[in-house]
Amino acid sequence: MATPPVLRIGCAAGFSGDRTDAAGPVVDALLAAGGPAVLIFETLAERTLALAHLARRHDPAAGFEPLLDAMLQPVLARCLRGGVKIVSNFGAANPRGAALRIREMALQQGLPAPRIAVIAGDDVSGPAHRVALQRALGTALDGRDVVSANAYLGAEPIAAALKAGAQIVVGGRIADPSLTVGPALAHFGWAHGDWDRLARATMAGHLLECGTQVSGGYYADPGIKDVAGMANLGYPIAEIDEQGDCIITKPAGSGGCVDEHTVKEQLLYEVHDPAAYLTPDVVADIGAAHVHTVGTDRVRLAGVRGHARTGTLKINVCFESGWLAEGEISYAGARAEARARLAADVLRERLQTVGALRADLIGVASIFGDDDGRWLAATPCGDARDVRLRVALRHAERTSAERLVREVTALYCCGPAGGGGVRTALRPTLGTLSCLLPRDSVPASFEMID
Amino acid sequence: MAIAMHTVALWRAAHGRTGDKGDRSNISVIAWAPELYPLVVEQITEAAIARQFAHRRPAQVTRHLLPNLHAMNVVLDGVLDGGVNDALNLDSHGKALSFLLLELPLEVPAALLPLLRGPDSQNPSGDKP
Repeated sequence: MATPPVLRIGCAAGFSGDRTDAAGPVVDALLAAGGPAVLIFETLAERTLALAHLARRHDPAAGFEPLLDAMLQPVLARCLRGGVKIVSNFGAANPRGAALRIREMALQQGLPAPRIAVIAGDDVSGPAHRVALQRALGTALDGRDVVSANAYLGAEPIAAALKAGAQIVVGGRIADPSLTVGPALAHFGWAHGDWDRLARATMAGHLLECGTQVSGGYYADPGIKDVAGMANLGYPIAEIDEQGDCIITKPAGSGGCVDEHTVKEQLLYEVHDPAAYLTPDVVADIGAAHVHTVGTDRVRLAGVRGHARTGTLKINVCFESGWLAEGEISYAGARAEARARLAADVLRERLQTVGALRADLIGVASIFGDDDGRWLAATPCGDARDVRLRVALRHAERTSAERLVREVTALYCCGPAGGGGVRTALRPTLGTLSCLLPRDSVPASFEMID
Repeated sequence: MAIAMHTVALWRAAHGRTGDKGDRSNISVIAWAPELYPLVVEQITEAAIARQFAHRRPAQVTRHLLPNLHAMNVVLDGVLDGGVNDALNLDSHGKALSFLLLELPLEVPAALLPLLRGPDSQNPSGDKP
C-alpha cells in the first residue's frame, strides 16, 4: 500500500484578537504546495468563551468569534475552491450561529453553499449535567451566577465530520491541539488506541495552536534573539506524515523565523510534566522529544511518545465574581518617584476600609511584583523621573469597587503636585473553576448544515 | 588547577517563555548551546529558583529536565496571586516572569564564554550581578 501523502495544516489564529490578515499567505502556501491541506483557527481561551456566553445572553444570534468575518472573508473562496478544509473552535458559545454566518458569507460571494459541520456536546451548563458538576465541585458554586460550563472536546467528532464530507468544521470548546489531531485522524485513518501517532499529532497541534508563537512571534529580544519582518510574521504550517511526526514551517517570503529555538520555546509552552501532557485524545510524552533543522525555516519534531488517554474530560465553569477597579496617574520630573509613592500612600489610607489595594510604580517596580506589595516594599525609593502609579482592587459590590475610581480621580486636586493623565476603569470580572467529568457522560456529535 | 569562572546573567546562556494555567506558572529554560546545558542544570536549582521568586511565595518549585532539548521546564505553584482571573497584577498571566528567572546568576568557565549571547561576550565582568 502506498504511503499516504503528508497532510499540511496551517494555523491562521492563535487567539481571539490575533492578526486578522493572517490567513491569506498561509492559504497561498497550502495551495502552492498542493496535496491535502487544512486551515485551522484557534480562538478560544477560558475567558474568551465566558465572554461569548455573556454576549449570547444579550443577543441569541451572537456568541461566536466577533472577528469571524474579518478572519475568514479574505480566504473563504480560495479554500472552498482549492479544497482546503477549515477547522476551528471559533463557534465559541454559538457554533451553529457561526456556521450560519459562514454559509451566508459564502452565498454572498457567489459560492455554492458549503458543507459545514457543527460540533455539539461541549456545553454542559444544562440540567443534564447539574448534579454531576455539583458532585465534582462541591460547594464552590453555591450562590454563584454561572455564566458557562464547557467540556474540552477532542479530535473524534472533527474526524467524523471530515470523513462525512464536511468542508468546514465549526466547534466551541474543542481542545486546542485536537483541531490538528482531528484532520490528521481523518486523513491517515489511525486506529483507535494508536497512542504514539495521536501524541505526535497532538504535539504538532500544540506547536500550531498559538499561531506565530512558533514562527518568531513572542520571541524577539533585540541583540539576543533578533527576528526579521515582525510586522509581517508568517503563520505556521505543519507537514504531518503518516507516523504523526511533523515539520514546522511558514509561508515563503513571510517575516519571522522557524528554528530549533522558536520550536523549543513553543513546545514547552503551558506544559507542566513533559511526560504527561493531558488532552482529550491522548497523554503525550515529550520527555525524549527532539527537534532538528531540516532546511531554512523548517524544523522537524520527532521522538514524541503517547500513552492511553484518561477516562475523564476537563470541564471549565465560569461564573460572575465581582468587580475590578483600576486607576492610573503619572508623575514626571524632579522627585517624580517620591510623589508617586506619596500618592499611593494617600490612596491606601483613603481606601483602607474597602479592601486590599495593589500599587504599582510603572517604570520602577510593577509586573514582577506580588499583590501583597512585598516586591515594591523591598524596592527603595530611587530617583525615577517618569513614573506612572497604577492601583487596583477587587470587590464583590460595584459601589465599593467604584470608590477606587473616585479616589484616583480626586488626586487631581488632593494628591501630590504635578499628577496628570488619570485613567480609570471599572469592569465586572469572571471566575473559573475546573473539574473532571467521566468521558462517557459528555458525548460529542456533529450536525451537517448544507 | 582552579578554572577561572565568570558570573553572568542566565539570559546570556539560555532563553525561555512563560505559560500559565490557574495559579501555576511554567517557565522553560533552554540553553543556547548543548555545552551550556550542564551548567544550567547544576546551578539553576529548585532552591535557587525558589529564592528568586520568594516574594511570590511559591508553594512548590519543580524542575523537569529535557536533555534532548537542552532545556528544563520549571513549574512554580501558587505564584500568580490566584491566576489570571484573580490577580490584581497588570500582568495577571505572569507573562513577564521568564525574565525574572533569567536574571539568576550563572558561573561560566572562560572556555565557554564565546557561546554566550548578548553584548560583550569576551568581557563578561561588566555585567556581574
